[in-house]
Amino acid sequence: MTDTQDVATRPSSDVQRPEQQVVLNPPVDICEDTEGITLMADMPGVSKDKLNIEVDKNTLLIEGDAHFDMPEGIQALYADIRSTRYRRIFSLSPELESNNIDATLKDGVLTLKIPKRAELRPRKIEVRAD
Amino acid sequence: MFGSFTQFENSLFDDFRRMEREMDDLFGRWPWPIGIRSAARGSFPPVNVGATPGEVDVYLFTPGVDPKTLDISIQQNVLSVSGERRLPINENANYYRQERFDGEFRRAITLPEDVDPDRVEARSENGILHIKVQRREAAKPRQIEVK
Repeated sequence: MTDTQDVATRPSSDVQRPEQQVVLNPPVDICEDTEGITLMADMPGVSKDKLNIEVDKNTLLIEGDAHFDMPEGIQALYADIRSTRYRRIFSLSPELESNNIDATLKDGVLTLKIPKRAELRPRKIEVRAD
Repeated sequence: MFGSFTQFENSLFDDFRRMEREMDDLFGRWPWPIGIRSAARGSFPPVNVGATPGEVDVYLFTPGVDPKTLDISIQQNVLSVSGERRLPINENANYYRQERFDGEFRRAITLPEDVDPDRVEARSENGILHIKVQRREAAKPRQIEVK
């Protein structure tokens, strides 16, 4: 007997590595002033409980799942948005106070305020006239 | 010595290849002709349209737009949505990225011909505007009973 038998067969379409899932890259605006950095991201459909913001060392991860109210049996006729998962990663720099990020979510727009460490904020140097 | 560099390059290259493949997957699955009123990919706001036998559902992704300022109208089976999104500019800040849409927008969406323009409702939640248009009764599939 030379026949071999697979213990378990699996169609190749089932084997999908998680990183191959289509992920939306939310568009962002990033600006910096003397207080710190402000990041705004468009994440329509994401509610507060479906939003995940993580800081690990110098990496900022923003991810969220969009929910839209769909009737049963709906079939797509046209779609610009082909996923419900948003994900984007940024690297931070050490002068930012990454444990003190303020996040707000309103109408699908996420705003993150990342303050600079107080001792590293630019200081105005007063010139004394003697 | 350059081990960490090449490793980085490889992973970056892999990422590009993966992206290319994803793009192929996305666009390759669109064999039918595009609508005459359709906008270029990447236009604001992105739109999804779906249908059931009873209704047509249009989703407009309009984050940060006050839904009350939107002008939504329907004529026959063409739905038009226009409005604007003005982003506040912080004068004292340096901008590194400005990827988000700023300005006026307008999109027209051709719906199936059997929609009833008198039965439309729109609601907005978390930056998604959901417009529900009912279809005329005659268009719904009817169950035929065998006597």
